[in-house]
Amino acid sequence: MVTATPSVSGPGPTLGHVPSTVAQALLLSRYQLRDYLRSRRFVLMMAIVGVIGAILTFILSYYNGSDTVRGLTSSSDAFYGSFWAGGVTVVIIFSGIIFGGDAIAGEFQNKTGYFLMGLPIRRTSVYVGKFLAAFAASLVAVIVYLAILLANGAVYLGANAFPLALGESFAIALLYLLALLGAVFLFSSMFKNSLYAVLVVAVLFLFGFSLIQGLITALVKIEPWFIITYAQNVISYPFLSTLPAHMSTTTGPRGFTTTTYNPTYAEGFAIMIGYFLLTAVAGLFFFEREEFT
Amino acid sequence: MTLSLEAVGLTKRFGSFTALDHLSLKLEGAKCVGFLGPNGAGKTTALKMFTDLIFPSEGEAFINGISVQKDRKRALAPCGDLIETPEIYPSLTPREALELSGAVRGMRPDEIASRTKAVLAEVKMTDWVDLKVGRFSKGMKQRVNIAASLLSDPEVVILDEPSTGLDPRGMAEVRNIVRSLKKENRLIFMSSHILSEVVDICDEVALIDHGKLLFYDTLSNVSKRLTSSATSVELAFLGPISDETLASQVASIPGVSGLSRAGPQRARVMITGGAEAQAQVLERLASAHLGLVSFEPSQSALEELYLQEISKGD
Repeated sequence: MVTATPSVSGPGPTLGHVPSTVAQALLLSRYQLRDYLRSRRFVLMMAIVGVIGAILTFILSYYNGSDTVRGLTSSSDAFYGSFWAGGVTVVIIFSGIIFGGDAIAGEFQNKTGYFLMGLPIRRTSVYVGKFLAAFAASLVAVIVYLAILLANGAVYLGANAFPLALGESFAIALLYLLALLGAVFLFSSMFKNSLYAVLVVAVLFLFGFSLIQGLITALVKIEPWFIITYAQNVISYPFLSTLPAHMSTTTGPRGFTTTTYNPTYAEGFAIMIGYFLLTAVAGLFFFEREEFT
Repeated sequence: MTLSLEAVGLTKRFGSFTALDHLSLKLEGAKCVGFLGPNGAGKTTALKMFTDLIFPSEGEAFINGISVQKDRKRALAPCGDLIETPEIYPSLTPREALELSGAVRGMRPDEIASRTKAVLAEVKMTDWVDLKVGRFSKGMKQRVNIAASLLSDPEVVILDEPSTGLDPRGMAEVRNIVRSLKKENRLIFMSSHILSEVVDICDEVALIDHGKLLFYDTLSNVSKRLTSSATSVELAFLGPISDETLASQVASIPGVSGLSRAGPQRARVMITGGAEAQAQVLERLASAHLGLVSFEPSQSALEELYLQEISKGD
């Protein structure tokens, strides 16, 4: 290549072979993760995990010796079944909102997309790269929460602090994180405004889905198998010696019946995998068609 | 391979509004082409379709013969572009942002390192190379964006008003950078609404308005087009000049088709016959020893043609 000026125009690098779609996605995820880890949102997420962990640690310490704490610390299943399964879903939902809520919408609103999309890169790479980065950042939050629990577990459970069931539950929690991020990215792809995207995702995952689930169960009396938060119960199953009944009906005063549903393992996995695949494809579909106007 | 940028019937409609109307334009070879038009003419819309940021309602855009719409990755590989003022992830430094840009393009790490140094020096951002972009002003971000678009020493450069957001010194620096990019094997397509910038840098100019291409020609042909119409020239003299002197020694010069006073020491003449006639009038004025200190065409040929063409559409 002929050079004109020594600085800008030369010596011109040979045009490299543009990496594959997968390689570009991995590359982008590295830089996006770096951006997340240095951002205020990461500090906020760590603060949320820290507050949850601090409350948990304080309560266990303050009420140590009480019947309740004695019951919770009597076995690793009881301890992690309560604190891990109960808390990790909150951590996952918050990290999904914080790292995924505006992941795609922000590319349009903040104009970071103009920097990326001018490069020889497919939108699929950008979408997958950002998804991987959000997953990795959320995973850091989940691991920090787990570390806090394990530290408490080591104090109250001693040698029983690291049960196999915790590993199984951790794996299920990661599947739930994948499914939740898939859904969050779908909503993020549907908006060009970060605030709307984050608000919709926060309302749906913090209140909306639980409310809909409750209403469907109580009024329509059908199993809410199509709601993602229904599947999260499965995270606690490895700690249970007997799985809860799939469906149970209780009759209250004046013959009023209440039906409760619990997903089976298979259902829980199917819901999470289904949500992940469908929402990831749908989100990518929207992102591929959205314009940087 | 021949360098080329081509729009074939490129059309963009937003509802009932047509932002770009069947733009067909082929730029071929190493040159710098200015893309002119008033605000809302469709310049950015066209450039966004060349970089696949928006999708055509009809038509197709090609870079070096490869369809941007069908194979964006291959089409954009030899292209450096700067559309509007992109934001870089705020926690990244200019060095990291350029690393990302180079790695996505498939550049080797040693190439990225050496080119990063060169292009950041060119945009005068060397002192900020390891500070987070989030703290930068708009002008500083634009400099990093320009550096990123030049990192791979691209064969085709698409710039959308690159001096936007920069102070006058920064604008002049960007002009110098673009001028330095004009080399044997590079095609530059640069939108601007600053006519002097285009005259200063570009070899050819394409003018659009209301989404339609009005003309595409070389700057020298633009001047030739105007030889038949009159050019307004401002004259300034060393001291006050009388009406009699103006009438007898200025209005009588061949080629001067009109004369009016613009102040005690200033006059405005209309000259018919293009650049050659202007040269003759200037020589005659100088030899008349009237104390002429300034001879300034009030508009460039491009500006005149621009205004003529734009006014036709209004």
